Amino acid sequence: MSSPQTYFGSLKNYQKGGVQVISGDPKHYAFSNCFEVASKSKPYEKVAVGKNLKYVIEAVRAEGTSPWFAADHDEAALVMDGEIEVHYVKPDQPQVPAGKEGSIKLSGEPKGKKMGWVKVRRGHMALLPAGSAYQFRSATPGVLLVQTILGDCTVERWAEICQTKA
Amino acid sequence: MSTATISTTGAAAGRGLGYKTFSIGKFHFGRDEYFAHITYPKGLHIIPIDNFLRSLMRDVAWGFFYGTVNFDHVFGTVNHYGTVDMFAGLLNEGYRAAKQDYVETFNSKDLKKVFEDMLADWTNEGFDPFAAPDETGKAFGPKHGNNLKAIQRERMVAKRMVGLPNDLTYRTDAAGQTINRQFTDVPQDKPEVHAEPGFENEVHAFNMFAYVSRSDVTWNPSVVSCVHDSQFCSTTEEQILPITHGNDRVEWFIQASDEIIWDIEDGKTGRPRAKVTMKAGDVAAMPADIRHRGYSPKRSMLIVWENNDGTLPQRYASGELTPYPVEF
Repeated sequence: MSSPQTYFGSLKNYQKGGVQVISGDPKHYAFSNCFEVASKSKPYEKVAVGKNLKYVIEAVRAEGTSPWFAADHDEAALVMDGEIEVHYVKPDQPQVPAGKEGSIKLSGEPKGKKMGWVKVRRGHMALLPAGSAYQFRSATPGVLLVQTILGDCTVERWAEICQTKA
Repeated sequence: MSTATISTTGAAAGRGLGYKTFSIGKFHFGRDEYFAHITYPKGLHIIPIDNFLRSLMRDVAWGFFYGTVNFDHVFGTVNHYGTVDMFAGLLNEGYRAAKQDYVETFNSKDLKKVFEDMLADWTNEGFDPFAAPDETGKAFGPKHGNNLKAIQRERMVAKRMVGLPNDLTYRTDAAGQTINRQFTDVPQDKPEVHAEPGFENEVHAFNMFAYVSRSDVTWNPSVVSCVHDSQFCSTTEEQILPITHGNDRVEWFIQASDEIIWDIEDGKTGRPRAKVTMKAGDVAAMPADIRHRGYSPKRSMLIVWENNDGTLPQRYASGELTPYPVEF
């Protein structure tokens, strides 16, 4: 029996499917590929590749050291490619107004207690807990998908990233 | 709403094959070696028994899921979250045009009980309706034994994220949750987690792909992470999605590995709309007015992204929300 070959895709090696329209508009499916999006993104630009009312999935090119971010709710980051560290600080003072949705970019590392860090690779999912500040560090380019809420950091450029023609 | 008494006849119908027949409202169900037979006031419908049991398994396990579970192009259920419609031809253009469609509304608990009993009686030893066809025995023939263990699996739903305290636990060899035969090459490495004292419940990561590689079911999303009503539901897919799912809200797919090809049809009529081929890294929306069925040649990993907000069905049905998630 041959060994299975599970194909994951990466920034350097991905294939893209597509929408074969029989009736309607391919834009209805907002079809994109996270590796393609990340290949054209600036480091740590949070580009929406999924949107369900206020909820979004952001594709992030992880390259170098990111700004510090914070959110008033949980977020989850799934690594699709690469090896990335996530460092966490519990700020002495809340950095995000209570109830504000989406992540915000901080001006720098906030004063507070170091919570720890994780190192995650392809297929790993890290919690970005509510009320923390977090920073990504990646020596080589990688790709994250962040499950979050639409916010100040979310970049929407659907016409650029999605299949628009049948 | 039909409030007919549920009855399950004690004796098998027909040729003494050993199976029970089931009735609820004016629907009657029987099976023989190869087929499920469904009769209702306007007619009869037959579904191959393996397809029927696979569809029935999902409908039961998902509590009738979001929206419509089409067993095939004729028969299915529509979830109204407390009540459920069971129909023949309701979402088939031909049946509707000929006024041959039929639907009854039931209390969800009542219909679920009938479906559970049917699934238990009609699933023979050696057949697992949750497994890929290549992984299980046949559904055919006279009644022989049962497979209660297979059909009584509980749906896995994380409250916040797999692996956190008081949340879903990891899948392990010791628990019998071994790596699936088609995912033996999926890395099982663990992330490094360095939590300072007091932050063990906050600094957390887990290998989601490894977790998914140990799933022993197909086409059965389980929640791995939540952000309020936003749910990442990972699932392993192989061969064909037994049902055609007509969601009552927008949902999204993230293809984590390999490839799935989707047939997309109009949710109400079944008219073809598109074929969507998704490869690893692809992200696509399933609009709120379609139904879809997937084909996965090799076992693949899919993340189904759902919005669990209970107000959505009515908001889409009323036209307050457009069926497409983004306009551009």
